[in-house]
Amino acid sequence: MNDILFYSLIVLGVLGGILAVILYIVAQKFKVEENPLIDEVEASLSGANCGGCGFAGCRAFAEACVKSAHDKNNLSGLNCTSSDMSKVAAVLGLTVEAAEPTIAVVRCNGTCENAPKKTHYEGADICAFAHTLYAGGSGCPNACLGLGDCVKKCAFDAIHIDKEKGIAVVDEDKCVGCGTCSKACPRGIIEIRPKGKNNRRVYVDCVNIEKGAITMKNCKIGSIGCQKCLKECPFEAIEMRGTLAYINADKCKLCRKCVDVCPRGSILAVNFPPRKPKVEVTESVNNESKE
Amino acid sequence: MNNYLISGSPHVHGGESTKKIMYSVIIALMPAYFFSIYYFGFDAARVTFISVAACVLTEWLIQKFLIKGPCTIADGSAIITGILLAFNLPSNIPAWMIIVGSIVAIGIGKMSFGGLGNNPFNPALVGRVFMLISFPVAMTTWPTPNPIFSNTVIDAVTGPTLLGHIKEGLSQGIAANDLIIYEDIKGFIYSGSIGEISSIAIIIGGLFLIFRKVIDWQTPVIIIATVAAISTTCWLIDPVQFVNPLIHIFGGGLMLGAFFMATDMATSPMTMKGKVIFSIGVGALTIIIRLWGAYPEGMSFAILIMNAFVPLINKACKPQRFGKLVK
Amino acid sequence: MNPKKTFPKGGVHPEENKLSSDQPIITFPIPKQVIIPLGQCLGAPAEAIVKKGDEVKVGQLIGVAKGFISANVHSSVSGKVTKVDEIMDHTGYRKPAIFIDVEGDEWLEGIDTSDKLVGEITLSREEIINRVKDHGIVGMGGATFPTNVKLSIPKDKKAEFVVINAAECEPYLTCDNRLLLEKPNEFLVGVKILMKAVDAPKAIIGIEVNKIEAAELLDKIIKGDEYFDGIEVQPLQTKYPQGGEKQLIKACTGREVPSGKLPIETGCVVVNVASTYAIYEAVQKNKPLISRVVTVTGKSVKKPSNFLVRIGTSSTELIEAAGGLPENITNIINGGPMMGKSVSVSEFPVIKGTSGILMMTDKEAQPREKSNCLRCGKCINACPMGLEPFLLCRMSKNNMFDGTEANNIMDCIECGSCEFTCPANIPLLDYIRYGKNKTGQIIRSRNQK
Repeated sequence: MNDILFYSLIVLGVLGGILAVILYIVAQKFKVEENPLIDEVEASLSGANCGGCGFAGCRAFAEACVKSAHDKNNLSGLNCTSSDMSKVAAVLGLTVEAAEPTIAVVRCNGTCENAPKKTHYEGADICAFAHTLYAGGSGCPNACLGLGDCVKKCAFDAIHIDKEKGIAVVDEDKCVGCGTCSKACPRGIIEIRPKGKNNRRVYVDCVNIEKGAITMKNCKIGSIGCQKCLKECPFEAIEMRGTLAYINADKCKLCRKCVDVCPRGSILAVNFPPRKPKVEVTESVNNESKE
Repeated sequence: MNNYLISGSPHVHGGESTKKIMYSVIIALMPAYFFSIYYFGFDAARVTFISVAACVLTEWLIQKFLIKGPCTIADGSAIITGILLAFNLPSNIPAWMIIVGSIVAIGIGKMSFGGLGNNPFNPALVGRVFMLISFPVAMTTWPTPNPIFSNTVIDAVTGPTLLGHIKEGLSQGIAANDLIIYEDIKGFIYSGSIGEISSIAIIIGGLFLIFRKVIDWQTPVIIIATVAAISTTCWLIDPVQFVNPLIHIFGGGLMLGAFFMATDMATSPMTMKGKVIFSIGVGALTIIIRLWGAYPEGMSFAILIMNAFVPLINKACKPQRFGKLVK
Repeated sequence: MNPKKTFPKGGVHPEENKLSSDQPIITFPIPKQVIIPLGQCLGAPAEAIVKKGDEVKVGQLIGVAKGFISANVHSSVSGKVTKVDEIMDHTGYRKPAIFIDVEGDEWLEGIDTSDKLVGEITLSREEIINRVKDHGIVGMGGATFPTNVKLSIPKDKKAEFVVINAAECEPYLTCDNRLLLEKPNEFLVGVKILMKAVDAPKAIIGIEVNKIEAAELLDKIIKGDEYFDGIEVQPLQTKYPQGGEKQLIKACTGREVPSGKLPIETGCVVVNVASTYAIYEAVQKNKPLISRVVTVTGKSVKKPSNFLVRIGTSSTELIEAAGGLPENITNIINGGPMMGKSVSVSEFPVIKGTSGILMMTDKEAQPREKSNCLRCGKCINACPMGLEPFLLCRMSKNNMFDGTEANNIMDCIECGSCEFTCPANIPLLDYIRYGKNKTGQIIRSRNQK
């Protein structure tokens, strides 16, 4: 009995030893020479493999960064979140312009309350498919379908379908603005916008291009393209894209005049402190945000 | 406001559902169940009840506390696993062993893979084989049948199964013909697990499933035919070493396995071609284990081994694509 | 008649529910206003050539085909164009359409409005195809593929058979059946025209045996008249999707359309019954496609009927005429129950592809309990194309589009047999359609490179 145990131990031990030596030799012989910078760059990335940069994962992106730094001595054309980009630049000894942090914004507020559902959908939970089937529960062909194509693509768990509202909602703390959700949305509702100072943003929370009369029927807050905000804006930050107003975040000074003037409540201002009742927007607030 | 339903076509459905299929299987198992109660007395009912209850409870607990998903015990698949597990056990097995077996069957055999439809192995058989290896004595000590309505009081508490008796005898060098005493078979001397005791009751249930189109007739027929072919060949060559093929066909768990366990949807191939390969494999392995292996009964091992081949078979046996005919 | 045939693999047999098969076709009164969508066919929508205030006559061209796969649109009434605007179609999306207020019923000159049967075909092949094109004829089974494209046979190919799709394998629908019973002679002349147009010596009318009355009637007429030599009635087993183009060819001729190829590859041209009748009217009577037979049906509908309606009539008027919208209707379907589309709004205009309006109550359309895939293989057995729907569904769900392509997702005819038979009630076809769409995009972009 002991003999068997003894022999087994000897044989397996020797076998293991020999194989380990062979493995080591082979590993040394076929070692792939890789720039150690790639590993460093990869380590500085979040590693979510979100695909927002257009590369097949963070590793591929890191390789591209190192190659670009080596060949061109810059990182032009390579985009990741601004914080990660600065880390990458630091690793590679380069400087990048500190791009403004961005965030995904779901430009639809067609909640169950604002845009009551007239139909209900039974079938595959794919927005892209439902989009081909019908205009949407509320009848608005530009509304969020709420089936979560964006949720499935998000590598950061930063976007979810709010069950009560029935639309996608972005988690501001988790979103890095990679843009994957924006590409996934069949209706192009999700926009990647600068995060804004103190996280404050003013934007048109609707992408509707339907005619006013029809929009009125479908949705309480849908944009009707009345252009009132356009006239009101003192900074020429608002432009019309077709019949839809668009607030240019670079020009917007967060004065919120457009929010007040919009007859439909389509323009949303987020993360502002609650206003004092019935007082006009004070200049001081404006000045603060300007600086 | 009219709340119209929007869905992709088709808008009508054949009416088949998972629940209906599962409850059909349960109904099909009933004849064998009633017969086993008649045959083994209320011990059979006790084992089956404990097994079903343990399986359903295990699934419920896993769904509720581990997966935290929707409750699926109502679809009846856990009940089937419970019944099939019980059918593979001797009727005098202690309750705690049944519970352990049920937990393994559902917990490891099914839920760890993601529940119904994702399990590569038949859960009941996973539980059964686990018990066979863990509790070999309890699992192979068969109580003597004690038919409810029979007047004879049987003294012996335990007896061998027919196949076990033959295996034992053959290994001692007794000729096959001398081992079989037909009076004994008729007289309910030989024992077995709860479910394998009446082939006729199993066949009745199986025919119901075939009629309901829950299972294909090909799978059981091919399994039985393969077993019959190999055992007959051996018997014709050497009747001293090998017993009458009828004993192999009707004597053990072949019928139960062929009709109820090899036909399990999740663990059998999907195309007819694949099903044929699978069935031949199950039949051949069963009889090989029975004739030349260490165990007197080979059905559960054969099915589990073939279960492992199912993904491969599925990959190899694609259906004939329309428009791809080679002229 | 020949013994009945069928396609070899797959298929299902849904409840037939041909409730309106005994109802004769009722000519629907001309409505007060029609809304004629410009996109009535597969492919690009037509371009409006009338404007607000224009007077139009019945049969006047109002929309010109734009592109190769596109069809002309004609006015179905006479009156005044009130506007050229957008109309919500059955999906809820807005599509361009022409609104016409009806005044009288004045037909364009040159259109023969009499009921007289014209048997003699005077036009040449090219003239027939041009007539079909000019008169805006499309496949009226629901796919609305322009018929003239189908009839223009490539130079290196030769048509041997005209296969007429009279299977009407969709449950509930009866419009083709009624047309065959009431206009058999006109229909058969239409078949002769098709044979001449594609220069095919033979025509086979594939018809399911649940319409045996129509099959016998046609057979009698063909046998009694030498003029119809070469036309053959082929009874088919009642099985869905018997009317699928590839299945029909296989059943009628035994030939198999190669994967990814068109039916002409096997020498067949498949045309629907309603389209054949429309071709007869276009060629012999110079009448554009301005009306069609629509089945309005449903188990709870008071009077399931077949109406001959002008294109552009509102669906609500048809529903009203069939006894009104029954209570508890939750699902209105444009087309048949297997391939039709659910509508978001009950009011939409009848177009060339509207073969039926089916209303289902909440009980019939109840959402069914879903479960995991059981891997039962029923979908594989049901698939007439020999595909593995469960696999395609799973791959599409996980965006594995090279896998779907390798498993022939592009061969899927979207018949829905898999979903019909699935015990787990998985919306298989929804996922497959999504996957097919994406895979198609990938293939197209690769081919462009």
